[in-house]
Amino acid sequence: MEFFTISMLNGLSYGLLLFMLSSGLTLIFSMMGVLNFAHASFYMLGAYIAYSIARLTGFWPALVVAPLVVGALGALFERTCLRRVHKFGHVPELLITFGLAYVILELVQLVWGRSSLEFQPPEVLRGPAFTLINSSVDGLRLVWGAAPAALCSAADATVRVVCSPFPATRGFMMLIALVMLLALWLMLTRTRIGLVIQSALTHPEMVESLGHNVPRVFMLVFGAGAALAGLAGVIGGSTFITEPAMALSVGSVIFVVVVVGGMGSLTGAFLASVLIGVIQTFAVALDYSVAGLISSLGVKVSAGAADHSLLKLTISQVAPILPYLFLVLILIFRPKGLLGTREG
Amino acid sequence: MSTTVTTPTPAAVPAPTTPASRFSFAPLNVGRFVVWGLFTLVLAVAPLIFTSSLSITMLSQMGIAIVACLSFNMLLGQGGMLSFGHAVYTGLATFVAIHVLNAIGGGLPIPVSLVPLVGGVAGMLFAVVLGFVTTKKAGTPFAMITLGIGELVFAMSLMIPEFFGGEGGVQANRVVGKAVLGITFGPQIQVYYLLAIYTLICTAAMFAFTQTPLGRMLNAVRDNPERVEFIGYSTQRVRYIAFIIAGFFAGIAGGMYALNFEIATAEVVGAARSGPYLLFTFLGGATFFFGPIIGAILMVVAFVLLSEFTKAWLLYLGLIFLFMVMYAPGGIASLIMMNLRVAAYGKLRRLWGSYLALAGTVLVMLAGAAAMIEMVYHLQLNAALGPNLRFIGVPLNAEGLDSWVGAAFVTVVGLAMFEATRRVFARQWGEIQGEIEHEIRRKEAL
Repeated sequence: MEFFTISMLNGLSYGLLLFMLSSGLTLIFSMMGVLNFAHASFYMLGAYIAYSIARLTGFWPALVVAPLVVGALGALFERTCLRRVHKFGHVPELLITFGLAYVILELVQLVWGRSSLEFQPPEVLRGPAFTLINSSVDGLRLVWGAAPAALCSAADATVRVVCSPFPATRGFMMLIALVMLLALWLMLTRTRIGLVIQSALTHPEMVESLGHNVPRVFMLVFGAGAALAGLAGVIGGSTFITEPAMALSVGSVIFVVVVVGGMGSLTGAFLASVLIGVIQTFAVALDYSVAGLISSLGVKVSAGAADHSLLKLTISQVAPILPYLFLVLILIFRPKGLLGTREG
Repeated sequence: MSTTVTTPTPAAVPAPTTPASRFSFAPLNVGRFVVWGLFTLVLAVAPLIFTSSLSITMLSQMGIAIVACLSFNMLLGQGGMLSFGHAVYTGLATFVAIHVLNAIGGGLPIPVSLVPLVGGVAGMLFAVVLGFVTTKKAGTPFAMITLGIGELVFAMSLMIPEFFGGEGGVQANRVVGKAVLGITFGPQIQVYYLLAIYTLICTAAMFAFTQTPLGRMLNAVRDNPERVEFIGYSTQRVRYIAFIIAGFFAGIAGGMYALNFEIATAEVVGAARSGPYLLFTFLGGATFFFGPIIGAILMVVAFVLLSEFTKAWLLYLGLIFLFMVMYAPGGIASLIMMNLRVAAYGKLRRLWGSYLALAGTVLVMLAGAAAMIEMVYHLQLNAALGPNLRFIGVPLNAEGLDSWVGAAFVTVVGLAMFEATRRVFARQWGEIQGEIEHEIRRKEAL
């Protein structure tokens, strides 16, 4: 039970982090038709910039300033580079973000080095947010913060006690993501600029002929998307690890999220990111394999077959490919994506 | 040609139901013969001029890269399909070819010289399976699916050590089987000539493909899929067939790779391989058939020489790529063709001065910028060696203010001069293009 709860929460928090990234990507993609390859690079940039700011001023100012810096950089890139290739069509637009991803990766390695950094979350967030104590006598209990050692070890050897802490950074990640989701939703549905953005998603020419400055809206959306990625980077970088490979590790997963969720659907992106986050977290924790399944059914397998690596593969080993399998399956059976309304 | 040329009768009778006879007039395309003859000559003579073992290795790699980039361009340039997972087909074919090479050592009766062809068949089979999913879409979804499949295959390569050999990869020995005419493929030069023959045949075959009705259909699918559907073709099937053919040639490149390196590791199927195919095919020029050949040569030069020369080569590469996409989206091939057009109208002479000035100012600017980049890299990577470094013969102190100010000054001066010459050049270029357009219109009016 406590395994399920903690894994579920971990999966949810990872899924919400993915949503912070993919929301910006979906907005940019459905509005401008640009698949932003550098989106995960903005995520990485957020983490690194926050690291540098946090060393000067502490974590909390960095949490605010770093996304703003990343957003400004994103808007600048849109203004100077992306807008220039817009007239050449979608492929050069995609390629220029692809090139930018290379350049950002190299620049990050140039400025901050090639090894991983020690980007610590602030003191408040370092311990567990709460601890689940499962004792075979007292049942399940919840203790806020770290559980005292006395509770986690039973004096009696026959009583089994398991303590499962839930890290505070992950709780914080969920909180920020939910606040951001709410803010994004309010902005898109309740403000004037949100309405312009919504209509520019599908009918940019019409919006432009009604007198709105669509290129400027594009620039704002691109900058805002980059800022959201930067915010995710500050939190993700301090929770997981800040290293040059961090862009690559989430980069392709968020593309999967966008495709699975459906092009241009924020709700779909939310659903898909939570789904993929939960599936991946659970898969990593499960240690079952085909060979184990066969032997548990009572079928004897020969020693050679039992040693074959395909049969020996456990679910946790397969976990990294699950999102891509999911992608291929979605594309075969539901090409629009989970909640998409249009193809391509 | 001995076709009987009948003069068509004046259309006195309107709308004849069947044409009396069909005749065609195709003049001997001298230019094409010259170009292909030169290409063959270069392939044959290159190892005689560049005889060092490094250059022969590089030439072999260039042959492989040419086939790989051309097959990639069959998708990108001719079909408008932006693939981020082309290394899947070259890489998987490399693995199959390595296993076949090992099987030949175990007694499989296939000559070693046919191993690339085996790789081609393998690449084609993988394209048949994976391409079915991939080519369901075009445009951006296509790009994402190829990306996903690339990640899928790369992740799987570490899971199935039986086929992929785990971290260490699979090794093979190409000096196996019976030697034909005393050719054992032991010395690199023999491998080079085999690869050169494959390069020539594959290049010719892929060029021939662009001239077939299917090749033309593929261009139509790229330019106006909706209209193609209206005519009654299935765009999906055209993409699928083209994808399979591209997979075949990619597989041949993979098989050539296996023969040349005799080892296949998991990274040959990874994104680190697919990315450069895209980058350099685009740099070379995706809109012309010969563009990817230029790109492939640049790729090998960049990977082998530039990476030796400077640690910051990926940064330079990325920056060059960004500028190319922004200012010359047709790649180097389009720059060449544009200047050929100017030369054909005899106006290139007027641009020489500007070109020299542009090149000079760019060099000044690059020297300054590169000095700064190299100083940062030096501080980052070689801090233990002290702050002093030499950059193109100039001693620099990476921690000294004067080196930084000097480098920045050179950069700014270069930039200012470049901008000034660029304006003059842009005006001249516009004038010349205007004159050429005028000339063309005048000829049409005649």
